[in-house]
Amino acid sequence: MSGRLFDKVWERHLVAAPDGEPPLLYIDLHLVHEVTSPQAFEGLEMAGRQVRRPDLTVATMDHDVPTVNPLGPISDPLAAEQIARLRKNCAAHGITLHPLGSAEQGIVHVIGPQLGLTQPGMTVVCGDSHTSTHGAFGALAFGIGTTEVEHVLATQTLRQTKPAAMAVTVDGDLPSGVTAKDLVLGIIARLGTGGGTGSVIEYRGSAIRALDMEGRMTVCNMSIEAGARAGMIAPDDTTFAFLEGRKHSPKGADWERALDDWRSLVTDEGAVFDSEVRIDAASLRPTITWGTNPAQSVSIDGAVPDPDSLGTAAERHAAQRALEYMGLRPGTAIRDIGVDTVFIGSCTNGRLADLRAAADVVRGRKVSPSVRAIVVPGSARVKAEAEAEGLDAVFAAAGFEWRSAGCSMCLGMNGDILSPRERSASTSNRNFEGRQGPGGRTHLVSPAVAAATAITGRFAVPADLEGAR
Amino acid sequence: MRAVSRVDGRAVAIDRRDIDTDQIIPAAWLKRVERTGFGPGLFSAWRSDPDFALNAPAASEARVLVAGANFGCGSSREHAVWALQDFGFEAVIAPSFADIFRGNSIGAGLVTAQASEETVRALFTVLADDPQATVTVDVAERMVLVPSAGLAEPFALPDYARWRLLEGLDDIGITLRHADAIADFEARRPAWLPSSAPAAHISA
Ligand code: SF4
Repeated sequence: MSGRLFDKVWERHLVAAPDGEPPLLYIDLHLVHEVTSPQAFEGLEMAGRQVRRPDLTVATMDHDVPTVNPLGPISDPLAAEQIARLRKNCAAHGITLHPLGSAEQGIVHVIGPQLGLTQPGMTVVCGDSHTSTHGAFGALAFGIGTTEVEHVLATQTLRQTKPAAMAVTVDGDLPSGVTAKDLVLGIIARLGTGGGTGSVIEYRGSAIRALDMEGRMTVCNMSIEAGARAGMIAPDDTTFAFLEGRKHSPKGADWERALDDWRSLVTDEGAVFDSEVRIDAASLRPTITWGTNPAQSVSIDGAVPDPDSLGTAAERHAAQRALEYMGLRPGTAIRDIGVDTVFIGSCTNGRLADLRAAADVVRGRKVSPSVRAIVVPGSARVKAEAEAEGLDAVFAAAGFEWRSAGCSMCLGMNGDILSPRERSASTSNRNFEGRQGPGGRTHLVSPAVAAATAITGRFAVPADLEGAR
Repeated sequence: MRAVSRVDGRAVAIDRRDIDTDQIIPAAWLKRVERTGFGPGLFSAWRSDPDFALNAPAASEARVLVAGANFGCGSSREHAVWALQDFGFEAVIAPSFADIFRGNSIGAGLVTAQASEETVRALFTVLADDPQATVTVDVAERMVLVPSAGLAEPFALPDYARWRLLEGLDDIGITLRHADAIADFEARRPAWLPSSAPAAHISA
């Protein structure tokens, strides 16, 4: 029988499929953070229920933690209360917590893979839409709301109507200077913000296989920006090499057993998808968003589009509003747009490989005097590893601020925000109105483009800087 | 969760597609640890525009929100649903909804009525002509009705979601009926799967 990767993972987690109810799916790993969990714990306690599997639940603090002086008093009383609640709830229910200041604290989607908690064939959920990141390991991973968080805490299961399976196949070689971030922005531009709704995407093809795990995580991370329930990539030797020896990875004979099992987690030859999109890797370019959703993007060589040139009335209307909000005029060359702030970090591009890519660009150069540039490692471990390589010194010498781990400027709730009309080049995942602070104007880019842009003060790719060190 | 079989009331129209949850409730509001009190934050950035639909006098009594496609995209924050409910909305009508938003809505008892583009356009027209019109969202019959305009159109709502809304059922309670199946499943899980036990409360 020819099955799809998604079906294989789905079927092995079916607990019950009662008539007239959506199937009940077992959850192997539940990641918890301070923002979407307090109401769930409260609901549990009000109903007199327990956490069924604290051993399959792992918590950390990321969304509203300060990234400057993280161990000092938290000046925002509401954030302090949320963080204190998480501490209290984890203690009360016996849940492992990686709190602020500990070696493994960080953005949920960075620490899961880093600890080896995310493994092929698992189901992973978290009260956060970018849980899709974990699909890079061949796990079925998706974001849930707080009522569902409570449901998973109480039952370790979730009710899910089975999504459709979509294939996004990217064949060929990415041109030099084109990264996983550009690849996924290209995919989202093709699918549109709602193109993946109701589907789990399997990313396939030689360009996907060629990505390292960090790149695969960047791609799966942004599946939700095309509306998809989840994104998945079949595990292979790249995956196994990443996992071997991590804290929670199987050891000894278990490692061999696990490998045997994981190798079966591929879509069989001849399997048919509910829908399929093909993209030629060679056609992709470094990509920058110009609008207020992640599908509104253009190549670095391009210009701000003219809304009148767009296909449907709804698209024209949306583009007009977006340009008004972004303070951009149609026809402006992307390289002529100046930025005020550069943010390198987030669960999309806050891993060690991302910081290395950015550091390679800024090494020996100086941030433009008109730019505020910050680097926020995705986890305390990423920070420590980067410091061991001297990346902090590279960034500091160039004029970047080197921060502590957290979501930081990705979402504008923790003090790291844009001012109204301030323009950023950001390696995060959402350019919605106000995402990085009320009135802020966000352009999504790769770490390499963010770094080059910090140097020139306008959108640039590393190749634009040649000789200017 | 309270049962809902039918929502009747005034409606607010926001003719935009891809309304994301960062607009519905900006992140600055997510620091609350309660499920209530989010109403003042609903669309707070857009409400600074005096012409925004939610600022119309009739809006404060509205029960139904009509919006463009892909409503609720973006962040998984259920706070978006709580903010809509706290403001007074009991149903949203749109041509399509983002998956997580729809799941959150059903879990919290907010009706997500998926109507055709034509129906939603017709509602925009009706509400532009008569902002006071009473709109009915009939969950049992899966129909949206505006009697004053002679509008009666079907909407889609999955059977299970409809049943839960009508019964006002606690999903956890339903699931715990399968406690034996969950325990059987747990007994069969491979031993190598990761576990964080014993709980490590690493102190900083
Ligand atoms: S980095 Fe941004 S997208 Fe990722 S979990 Fe944090 S807030 Fe969400």
